[in-house]
This record gives sequence, structure tokens and C-alpha cells, in this order.
Amino acid sequence: MIVGQQKPFSEIKGMLKGYKKVLIAGCGTCVTVTFGGGRKETTILATSLRIAAHAEKSELEIREDVVPRQCEARFLERLKDNIKWAEAVLSLACGVGVQTLAETYPRIRVLPGLNTSFIGRHFEGGIFQEYCGACGDCILAKTTGICPIVRCAKSLLNGPCGGSQGGKCEVSKDTDCAWQLIYDRLKELNLLDRWEIWPPKDWSTSWHGGPRKLVKEIGEA
Amino acid sequence: MKSSSNLERVLKKGIFAVTAELGPPKSADGEVIREKAKILMGYADAVNITDCQTAIVRMSSIASAAILLQEGVEPVVQMTCRDRNRISIQSDLLGAAALGAKNLLCLTGDHQKFGNHPEAKGVFDLDSIQLLQMVKDMRDEKKFQCGEEMEVEPRFFLGAAENPFADPFEYRALRLAKKVTAGAGFIQTQIVYNIEKFAKWMEMVCEMGLHKKVYILVGVSPLKSLGMAKYMKNCVPGLDIPGWVIERMEQAGKEKAKEEGIKICIEVIEQVKKIEGVSGVHIMAIEWENAVLEIVEKAGLLPRPKIV
Repeated sequence: MIVGQQKPFSEIKGMLKGYKKVLIAGCGTCVTVTFGGGRKETTILATSLRIAAHAEKSELEIREDVVPRQCEARFLERLKDNIKWAEAVLSLACGVGVQTLAETYPRIRVLPGLNTSFIGRHFEGGIFQEYCGACGDCILAKTTGICPIVRCAKSLLNGPCGGSQGGKCEVSKDTDCAWQLIYDRLKELNLLDRWEIWPPKDWSTSWHGGPRKLVKEIGEA
Repeated sequence: MKSSSNLERVLKKGIFAVTAELGPPKSADGEVIREKAKILMGYADAVNITDCQTAIVRMSSIASAAILLQEGVEPVVQMTCRDRNRISIQSDLLGAAALGAKNLLCLTGDHQKFGNHPEAKGVFDLDSIQLLQMVKDMRDEKKFQCGEEMEVEPRFFLGAAENPFADPFEYRALRLAKKVTAGAGFIQTQIVYNIEKFAKWMEMVCEMGLHKKVYILVGVSPLKSLGMAKYMKNCVPGLDIPGWVIERMEQAGKEKAKEEGIKICIEVIEQVKKIEGVSGVHIMAIEWENAVLEIVEKAGLLPRPKIV
């Protein structure tokens, strides 16, 4: 899932300064699951902004709506009337949603209410952890299902480095050393002897290769 | 001989080698390097110059190496993967070789989080093993990483670091083997205080026959104070400071701390010297270069050989 975190309230208020009619647009997919910009978060933010506006005696009017997926233009159709009314839209979607909204309605100011954090996994207790870097050339077969590109602080392919201690990463004691995990798994699966030197990775398939585009032939069902 | 390096010659002759470390200044003042070079001259076979160690901006390793060469001291250029991609690394190394650098230590590099620009973008296009392999191919195959050929190759005596105290411990000798396969001709280890654990690691290294393929220089460092010992024990990842070291520094008291630090360092050298497969020491006394003189002298490692 794409994990998003709401920007600090003060930053959001700063972005909205000067606007009197604001639409807050939530998204019903990834950021709903990751508690960043679903129905609940949209309502809480709208309420907080109304309370703040009331306390500051400002004339801010807020409308709110949540679409199933902001990253698909066809779902944005229903925002039409609210957007006609508003002076600005605060999107609580990931960066893809914000951009799709801005492209669909080029005449209105679209502002990001979230920081899109990463592609990650949800653990108990609201803990999210990055699991995939979308490098475009998946290596999980060789690393026994553990991604060192994003789970190793140095993206090592021939780890673990000299900072791995007690199974933890030198960068943070809260972070597992990905290569210790890989080592343990390789050992468990009796694959240690197949652990050869890994040549330099082709990063051109990742975002280091420039904006990526994928054209798929979509067959008939 | 892969290079015309003095360090490589010393090691090939079977002489117990001494390397030291020099931290470049956090300024454009080349005199700092010249002064330190004068101190270390004749006390080490080669001197490492760190590459923005702990991710703190300092004068570049290659530029400092060029100054060392002017002073007649052989440098070991250090290159990390943190700040440069494969294009930049290869380009810098061609330049380093052209300037006369003969030794290169290939490192992954400390994470930028630990330095004075924690907001910087870390590169890590390669890791230390891939870096070794790349420079080995430049040297032995005259090929760039992309496969293109070059006319004049950089002839480096290649080194790598290894930390016998990192985890998983049973993998550390295997990792050394990978570095040797990738091209390492010498190894400088993490600072050793835990001799027992180091000896255990060396046993594994020798069992694999690696000591016949690579020269292992043991990292040692004199402690300046009890505070430094405690800091290293608790705050520096990958360092193993046993209790006896802390106790001795404590007993020495403030006034005799430096003296005791040097004494411990010499004792470590004397002990690791007896371990099979050890080819030399790498003395890390950053910002305390004078300590190197005392250590080398009292450990009976003088005079350093003059090999031409």
C-alpha cells in the first residue's frame, strides 16, 4: 500500500491562508487503509480547520468529499460541483491523486494535504514500514523475499555491512538489519552456498533512469 | 606486483607492515596535511587518508593524497560509495592514479545520517564489494564498469575493510572471502581490543586459506581518555570494547589516561602479532598523530624498511 502521512496542521493552515472556500478531497483506497486521507481523516481535518477558523474569526468555509480513487480521473467527475464552488482543493490523496486532480481541474489550485511516504506494510498498532522501492527490477527471488534496496540503509547488495549488530541496523536500533534477515533465511533454506557476489545493479529501471512509463496491451476478457 | 606501491612491496617481502591514518582538515588548508605528513614520515609504510569519515565534510582524500605525495609519504586513498556513483568514482580514480596514488581502500562508507549533512542524498550506487570488483577490472582487464576499454589503466594495490565484530559473526570470514575474490589484496580491520574474538575470526580466516591470499592489517587505536573508551563502547556501532579496557582506563585516572591508552595499544599490537595470518597493523590515531610515533617505536616496529 502507499503510505501517506498528513502534513502538520500548521503547514496545512499556512497553505490555505487567504482562501475562503476550500474543498477537502479524501481518497478511498491506499491512504484510507494507511490512515492518511480516508473518510475519517477527511472529516477530522475538516472539523479541526472549522474549529480553528471559528476561534480565529476567519471566514473559512469547508466542504468535504471522498472519492474511491483519486488516481483515476473517472472518479473525480463527482467533485465537479464542489470544485466550481471552491477556491482551492486540499487533496488528502498520495502524490498521484494530487496530480491527477490538478490535471483534471487545471483551473483550480490543488494543494497536497499529505506527505506521500512510501510503499509499505502495516503492522499492528499503526506501524508502517517501507517494503518496496519500486526499483523496476525485482530481486526478491535472490534475497529470499526480503528487499535490501529499501530495507538496508545503504541499499547494499552484498551485505551485511560492518555496522550490523545484534540483528539491528547501525542507522537505527529500531530497524532490523535486512541482510541479517536475508542471511538467516538463506541459512534456513540451505541456500548459503548459492550466495555469490552480486554485480552492480542496473538502476536505469528505477527512478534514477528518468520518469518511467509502462505501456501494456490490455487483452479482451 | 599489481602496483608499484611501497606498502605492497613491504607486505610481499614478509615484513610486518605499519600503516597509519590521517584525517584531512575541515578546511582548505593544505598545510595541515603537510605538517601531519612530516610527523608520520618514516613511521608508517603508507598513510590512509579518510574519505569524509563519519560523513563529515573534509578535504578530499585524493587531493590530500596528492599533497602527501609531494611530501614523500605514500598515501592510501580511501574511496566510499556514499557520495559518488560509478561514473564519478571511476573518473576520480583515474585522476588519483594519474597523480601518483598507488593504494586504494574500497569502502561502502558511513551513512550520511551520522555526519554533518544528515539531509544529504546518499548515493550507494555500488557497495564496497562491487567497488573492489570494478577497480580490479579497471586494473587487470583495462575495462570500465560498462565494459568499455581504456588505454592506460589505474594500477592500484587494492584494499578493503572488514569488521570481525559485526554480526552475523559466523559470516564475517565468508564476507572477507568475497572481498578477496572481488579484488582485495590487503585488509585493514576494525579497531581490535577484543583479542579473543579477533583470534577466533582469524582462525576461520586461516581455515579458509584466506591469509595466504590477502594481507591482513589489524586496526588498532590508542585511547585518549576514559570518556573516549566509554563513548566507543556505547555509541560507535560495530566496535567491541571489552570491560578490561574500560577498567584500565579508569584505574589510570585522568592524568595518566593517554599514557595508558598508548600502553594498551602497544599490548594489543604485541598480542595480535603472534596470531597466524596477521601481516601488519593499521594505527588509527586521528588528530593525535604524535601517538603513532611512540606506538611504532615502543612496539619495536622501527626502522621502517626503505624499499625501492
